[in-house]
Amino acid sequence: MTKSELIDLLSDEQNQLGYRDVELAVKVILECLTSALSSGERIEVRGFGSFTLHHRRARVGRNPKTGNSVTVPDKHVPHFKPGKELRQRVDTP
Amino acid sequence: MTVTKADLADRLYEELGLNKRESKEFVELFFEKMRQSLESGESVKLSGFGNFDLRKKTPRPGRNPKTGEEIPISARRVVTFRPSLKLKERVAQYTASLQNKKQENL
Repeated sequence: MTKSELIDLLSDEQNQLGYRDVELAVKVILECLTSALSSGERIEVRGFGSFTLHHRRARVGRNPKTGNSVTVPDKHVPHFKPGKELRQRVDTP
Repeated sequence: MTVTKADLADRLYEELGLNKRESKEFVELFFEKMRQSLESGESVKLSGFGNFDLRKKTPRPGRNPKTGEEIPISARRVVTFRPSLKLKERVAQYTASLQNKKQENL
């Protein structure tokens, strides 16, 4: 399912909202999630899951082409942990 | 400092003028549609945010970390999240902002 398919499904079920509004609402939600993570906040959605940042320490890496060593600076990466309901629903065959 | 469904609903109320009940319902439905897709075995690809993919795990022996007792872990299907490049770049700004703060304090 892509973002536009999700928007289609949502607007089929939301009679009070026009397509453009659903499109905008999805955009607002995703922007809200993105800006929360990029300000270091965690996100917790009951029944779906939580998003947190994981820290990756700086390390010495290598350019696989030349073999030169390069220092890779530390960074944060988004991490998703599925919630109980999602885990159970996805696992039942 | 945790963002929840209530915060997302507030944002829809503020930015789109949906009423509180509609906002809450919309947020609920948004996540339910994604759960339904994943449940039916279809991954969810949200461009600019990331992909929720499904992976099959084979059975493996496990252990209760407290008691050391061996328990088999059955085969299962799990959800994994792969952040998009755009999300990773935005999160990198947070790392950079921490470094700037550190420098200011020196």
